[in-house]
Amino acid sequence: MIELKYPYDEKSIRALKAGDAVSITGIIHTGRDKFHKYFADGGKINVDFKDGALFHCGPVVVKNDGEWKVVAAGPTTSVRENPYEPKFIADSGVRIIIGKGGMDKATLEAMRKYGCVYIQAVGGAAAVSAASVKRVQGVDFLDEFGAAEACWHFEVEGFRGVVAMDANGTSLFERIESLSREKYINIVNKSR
Amino acid sequence: MKTVDKILALIRDTSSSLPEDVEKAILAAMRREEKHSSAKMILKTIIENCELARKNSTPLCQDTGTLTFFVDSRLRNKVNRKVISEATRLATVKGYLRKNCIDSLDGKSYDDNVAEGAPVIHYVESESKDSKPTVTLIMKGGGSENMSRQYSLPDSTLGAGRDLKGVEKCILDAVVKTQGYGCAPGILGVCIGGDRATGYEIAKEQLLRNLGDSSKDSCLAKMEKTILKKANSLGIGPMGLGGKTTLLGVKIASRPRVPASFFVTIAYMCWAARRRTVVI
Ligand code: SF4
Repeated sequence: MIELKYPYDEKSIRALKAGDAVSITGIIHTGRDKFHKYFADGGKINVDFKDGALFHCGPVVVKNDGEWKVVAAGPTTSVRENPYEPKFIADSGVRIIIGKGGMDKATLEAMRKYGCVYIQAVGGAAAVSAASVKRVQGVDFLDEFGAAEACWHFEVEGFRGVVAMDANGTSLFERIESLSREKYINIVNKSR
Repeated sequence: MKTVDKILALIRDTSSSLPEDVEKAILAAMRREEKHSSAKMILKTIIENCELARKNSTPLCQDTGTLTFFVDSRLRNKVNRKVISEATRLATVKGYLRKNCIDSLDGKSYDDNVAEGAPVIHYVESESKDSKPTVTLIMKGGGSENMSRQYSLPDSTLGAGRDLKGVEKCILDAVVKTQGYGCAPGILGVCIGGDRATGYEIAKEQLLRNLGDSSKDSCLAKMEKTILKKANSLGIGPMGLGGKTTLLGVKIASRPRVPASFFVTIAYMCWAARRRTVVI
């Protein structure tokens, strides 16, 4: 397992290869549909994404004795952000995008150009992901977007995932998909 | 214990703990995957996740899904909609359920997960009068529900005709198309035949079956086995990142059809296959 520590510098990000298992320690910010739309519409946020990480996640967060506590934090499907992500990568300098299901060619190209990777978190593994969040630093857009869509700032320790799209233009999803389609054709033509 | 509390406990346990057969199947799959592979790491994380969620009574997955109750019709009065709604409300307050129910017209969230038709309740005839009356709950997330599909044979794009080979083509096509979505490894519930609505209903009901069983019909039992094997040879793997485990099980039923229709319906269930039965 490869350890990644905040700030996620360009060199170590570019060294990652599709298929690498990684463990992340440091700051990650959540953001999904409303977050992306807000930026696309020219909105601003007081958060520095340079050498940072963005997590497509709709967490369940509760307030306990005045402190935020993350109950569940699994990834949400990333394709919905395809239209926004290349520009977000270019403008923000983000290095890591965490989500589920991968993203499109334009995003892969932006990752190659600006030095960013896509990390597939273990889908649905809400309890483990939540346990790796050691502290909630804060939250933006809580009232505007609602808790599940707000931009939460998490301090994580040992957050696990797999590099599914690297900064060299390789997408593991693409590779597995074309292999599986070939196998499918072989199987259905062979059987009975 | 009051009935409301029993249903509340059922929701808590369903949300935070996988059925034993599913957890065992994931464990066996993890042992089969290559050392240091991403597949092994993912399955290991899933197992740790299950242990942690059970220990803390927190949701296994943040998408606590659509709640569907199958209630023995003898319990129609005792486990009525009011009781189930009340238990659902309490479960939401206690954090066993995420606020996960949205009005389809104005997009507003129902804060207690209770609305007209939510949760879904089916009253079912019991198989034998001597059996104890039970309530079964299944929780199915959106990511997995989105991957359910219905094919209509013949399907010219797949080259699938109106025979069992055509049926197999549809089922395997669904597996290929689901990759990357719907958190693999998953389970397929399949209905061959029926009309569109019963197709989905019967397919979903297959997801209630224990992973260890096989169809009573020998032809279907054989299909269940071979399709599972073929699907797992596609190399899609956990989360679609490659590996030996794409499916944990395939459960198939068949229903008669009218001469003009031939549907193949596939209900996809992700690894977070939350189902549980209690005797009331
Ligand atoms: S597909 Fe299943 S495991 Fe994945 S997020 Fe949805 S409910 Fe959870």
